[in-house]
Amino acid sequence: MNIALAKTETRRAVEENLFTAARDRLPGTGKVVELRQQAFEAYERAGLPHRRLEDWKYTDLRALMREVLPLAAAPDAAALQRAKKALKSVTVADACRLVLVDGVLAPSLSDVAALESGVHVQTLREVLEDGSNAVRADLLQNGAMSGPMIALNAAMATDGAVITVDNGAALAKPLHIVHVATRSSAASYTRSFLKLGHAAHATLLESFVAADDAKSYQVNDAVVFWLGNGAQLQHVRLMADAGDATNITTAIFTIGAKARLATFNMTSGGGLSRYQGYLTFAGEGSEVSANGVNLLNGRQHADTTLFLDHAVPNCASREVFRAVVDDRAHSVFQGRIIVQPKAQKTDAKMMTRALLLSDEAEADNKPELEIFADDVTCGHGATTGALDESLLFYLRARGLSEKEAQALLIQAFVGEAIESIANDDLRELAISTAQRWLAARG
Amino acid sequence: MSLLEVKNLQVRVEDREILHGLSLTVNVGEVHAIMGPNGSGKSTLSHVIAGKPGYEVTGGEILFRGEDLLAMSPDERAAKGVFLAFQYPVEIPGVATMTFLRTALNAQRKSRGEGEFSTPDFLKKVREVAKRLNIPQDMLKRGVNVGFSGGEKKRNEVLQMALFEPSLCILDEMDSGLDIDALRVAADGVNALRSPGRAMVVITHYQRLLNYIVPDFVHVMSKGRVVKSGGKELALELEASGYAQFEDAA
Repeated sequence: MNIALAKTETRRAVEENLFTAARDRLPGTGKVVELRQQAFEAYERAGLPHRRLEDWKYTDLRALMREVLPLAAAPDAAALQRAKKALKSVTVADACRLVLVDGVLAPSLSDVAALESGVHVQTLREVLEDGSNAVRADLLQNGAMSGPMIALNAAMATDGAVITVDNGAALAKPLHIVHVATRSSAASYTRSFLKLGHAAHATLLESFVAADDAKSYQVNDAVVFWLGNGAQLQHVRLMADAGDATNITTAIFTIGAKARLATFNMTSGGGLSRYQGYLTFAGEGSEVSANGVNLLNGRQHADTTLFLDHAVPNCASREVFRAVVDDRAHSVFQGRIIVQPKAQKTDAKMMTRALLLSDEAEADNKPELEIFADDVTCGHGATTGALDESLLFYLRARGLSEKEAQALLIQAFVGEAIESIANDDLRELAISTAQRWLAARG
Repeated sequence: MSLLEVKNLQVRVEDREILHGLSLTVNVGEVHAIMGPNGSGKSTLSHVIAGKPGYEVTGGEILFRGEDLLAMSPDERAAKGVFLAFQYPVEIPGVATMTFLRTALNAQRKSRGEGEFSTPDFLKKVREVAKRLNIPQDMLKRGVNVGFSGGEKKRNEVLQMALFEPSLCILDEMDSGLDIDALRVAADGVNALRSPGRAMVVITHYQRLLNYIVPDFVHVMSKGRVVKSGGKELALELEASGYAQFEDAA
């Protein structure tokens, strides 16, 4: 007991030191500093989430992450050069790109100058330093709602993109936020915002990649989305961090009336990751499709956790999740759907399926439905299994090798989650990411 | 050299021996029918020739053009020209029929050291074959066998046979689940593929199918062996007298 306590005290001292040491790098003064201090204290009180907390049962960060690394140094010319090389793998034609290198927006790699009309981009740093008090406070405010990791993010965020789309503006080009890590054994914290005005249409792609030899780094990202009434957002996130990196990301969506959100996450990289989405229907008549795919091998651990709050009546949600787990990897999907007492006529469906490619692979699927209204349609299903031997034999009897047959069936399996991506280029990008993963299996 | 030589084949599934020393020789250009009651080992024979996992060969051999077929993986056998038309073709949701056909055809060609078909050449070839077999284009746009009727599934097997041009076709209970019209369409497709360079082994419980696909030889299987062989008239004899006499013989 005393030893454990002593260890905790030591850890606390080290982490406090982290915050103090980083303070000069953290933008904002006055109220912002106060909020950061409060957020850090909230994190400190809780510490890294562990398995005795229900929401973190399968992803014990105390055991898996162990410690929070010091803040990554701001990128210098050499780091930007390495980041530039890494961008090649995630280039999308026509996209308006915003690049964050080790947690700092890099204007030289971004297309901030070539924005379409109707969209406005500032850096988080700019807004925290120069924005009005109300706006600045707002940016760090969501910290308390989602636990210690988002609180830590609020305390430590160095930069991010603050994007607003005007009422009625329909963006033709996708916005593309790219996170590039160039520093090993260091942490970066980013926080971005996307606010869609009424009836605004936009597409946002997020990519996470590592520069050539960046290893063992930690990413803590948060993205806050607001969809105005009648707004439509297609959101695609492709996480391909280094194989031994840690990525903890929180996405918070607030969805207005008659809005449409299609969000898709694919985790193929990172040694340890958690993607937690909090989605709240704030207006009636809206539709959400929240899909995801985990493609894991080696000893990867990837957790996708979605909290979907049907807070108002007459909304529809669809969740389709697929995990493909090879070697000794571990996939986690937790999907909670809450239907509030007044949320009548809710139509919510969730389907999660895991495919285990090895005897030592593990998948945990945890659907949770909390329904407090009586006139609703809600359903969920979860399956875990191996590839169907009879399908494999059929394909092999037609000339496909074992790997080819498996690849075709795995593509079909994840395809059910990918096909919801309406934008052709982004859907192709997700498909080719899956194909690369399959090809790498050899 | 014969196309297919099955010599004294003994096969177990789990702890049960299904085939107890089966022999069969098939030459190119010939159509053989294998008849027999349920449980006589007909389908086991077809599965073992195609390389389905789960069967243990405890004795005997299978030679294909003189090569040891049992040493080959199922895909190698397909590339060499062995084709099994399944009794129950599986549905593969999410895999488009055209993608499947192209992947399979090119995998076989690659394995034989032949060039892969380009997309336009492939499309042309499939359309041509589909038209000949009276297969509507919209069937090709769906997932493999997804939502197909029994007759459509069998026609899809015949389409693949026509496309891959195998030298040995094994038709496992092609008539199961088909009404008489669907059976006629499928059988017409098969007959169109009869050629001096190709052999067929037609496995069936009923004589009915052999009215449409007329064999050169008929073999009667019972309890894991061939107990009688003869010409096409043997099938008619069976129709009249049933399998009981052979069960005693075995």
